[in-house]
Amino acid sequence: MMNSLFHLEGYGGLLLSGAWMTIKLSLLSFLCAMLLGVVTALAKRAKSTTLYLIASAYTVLIRGVPDLVLMLLLFYGIQSWVGDVCLYFGWDYIVIDPFHAGVITLAFIYGAYFSETFRGALQSIPKGQIEAALAYGLSNMQSFRFVIFPQMMRLSIPGISNIWQVMIKATALVSIIGLNDLINAAVEAGKSTNNVFSFLLLAGAMYLAYTMVSNAVFSQLNRYFHVGIKESKS
Amino acid sequence: MSLEKKLSIEGLRKSYGSHEVLKGIDLTANAGEVITLIGSSGSGKSTLLRCINFLEQPSDGVFYFDNQMIEMTSDHEGMTFANAKELQTLRTKLAMVFQHFNLWSHMTVLENITLAPMKVLGQDKSDAIKQAHLYLKKVGLDSDVAMKYPAFLSGGQQQRVAIARALAMEPDILLFDEPTSALDPELVKEVLKVIRLLAEEGRTMIMVTHEMAFAKEVSDTIVFLADGKIEESGSPEAIFEHPKSDRLKRFLNHEF
Repeated sequence: MMNSLFHLEGYGGLLLSGAWMTIKLSLLSFLCAMLLGVVTALAKRAKSTTLYLIASAYTVLIRGVPDLVLMLLLFYGIQSWVGDVCLYFGWDYIVIDPFHAGVITLAFIYGAYFSETFRGALQSIPKGQIEAALAYGLSNMQSFRFVIFPQMMRLSIPGISNIWQVMIKATALVSIIGLNDLINAAVEAGKSTNNVFSFLLLAGAMYLAYTMVSNAVFSQLNRYFHVGIKESKS
Repeated sequence: MSLEKKLSIEGLRKSYGSHEVLKGIDLTANAGEVITLIGSSGSGKSTLLRCINFLEQPSDGVFYFDNQMIEMTSDHEGMTFANAKELQTLRTKLAMVFQHFNLWSHMTVLENITLAPMKVLGQDKSDAIKQAHLYLKKVGLDSDVAMKYPAFLSGGQQQRVAIARALAMEPDILLFDEPTSALDPELVKEVLKVIRLLAEEGRTMIMVTHEMAFAKEVSDTIVFLADGKIEESGSPEAIFEHPKSDRLKRFLNHEF
């Protein structure tokens, strides 16, 4: 048993390609989710009531329904919506591959969580600093880019890092919709070698390594965005 | 003093819901004039100042800048510029110094001073930096402050950086919103010294302050606001030595 733990029995390549898939999927979903989160957080603060309502409905709905249910709904939903759209416009049928469906689904789910993190951060930025930016002739876009965004990031880093970890683990759910991620590879290798336990243990260790490396990256980012902040030593 | 009109406001009104804070204000600032708005809290003086650069949207009124009437339109919060770019341009000419400094906390002093000149006025970096050091010197700060972050400076130093930031825009009018109210008493002097220097240079300034002795000394015109209206205005001598209205007399008795 112990022996076979270190014996990949020729399935090392499969595991690595599964791990690579998990990394690609998580990174791309993360970026899309952050973008969606920022847009939603800004929509919630917008003067327009319509935008506010849409954004609120989105976050309430997504955060209140299990990820697995959403993933299945969205995965099958996306394909049939795209199918309908293609049919309507008379285009060739577009097949959404599991990878992109996974990215869209994860981004959609975690965008809602990010939006709450960003909204909280936006609320904590001193209003006077935004006023100063506008008073000096910066456009709304420039105020966001130079004054709001860097401070929003500083205040959001702990939340972002938290969601990121949850999200890495949630990528395992995409194995259900048939994507060859790390879990799928481990299960497949395990079944073929009659040693599911060891391969899953190995997969677990790989997830752990991934989140630990991410932690190190986030603590660097935290330093970067905390420039100019006097920490009280308590 | 020349009588070149820089800014002129007619019939300025501002309401929050049914509560009217400014009830028809006329104000003209000539080039080189130092105007000080005084009045008890709630009289509308800060709101008036903030309406001038549209941090608050006025509900009604006509605005002239350099004798040009500004074209307005309104949205659900009040009046706004018909042309958003024009508002940005106007704001670069009206640099504001805030009560709580409002320096950008994630930027060094140098970045605070150079951001708007570079991004809004399009100055290149080396010019903007050179200018920044010049203005730091002018407000009495050493150039080693340039690389520090605002949180590591005293209130008086932060406010002087904020003044340097305003000067770097080379504005037509400086707006001061209670620039010393958030400072410890021993730091007030160093900030007033800088403002006095600017007044003596013949800059056009509109200031809200509770420092009556200072207002009397540097202003050309004092405007006394009460209940959202101009109760009395005139030279410092007229206002402080020969007040006419009872309200002003009462206010001055309180302040001195």
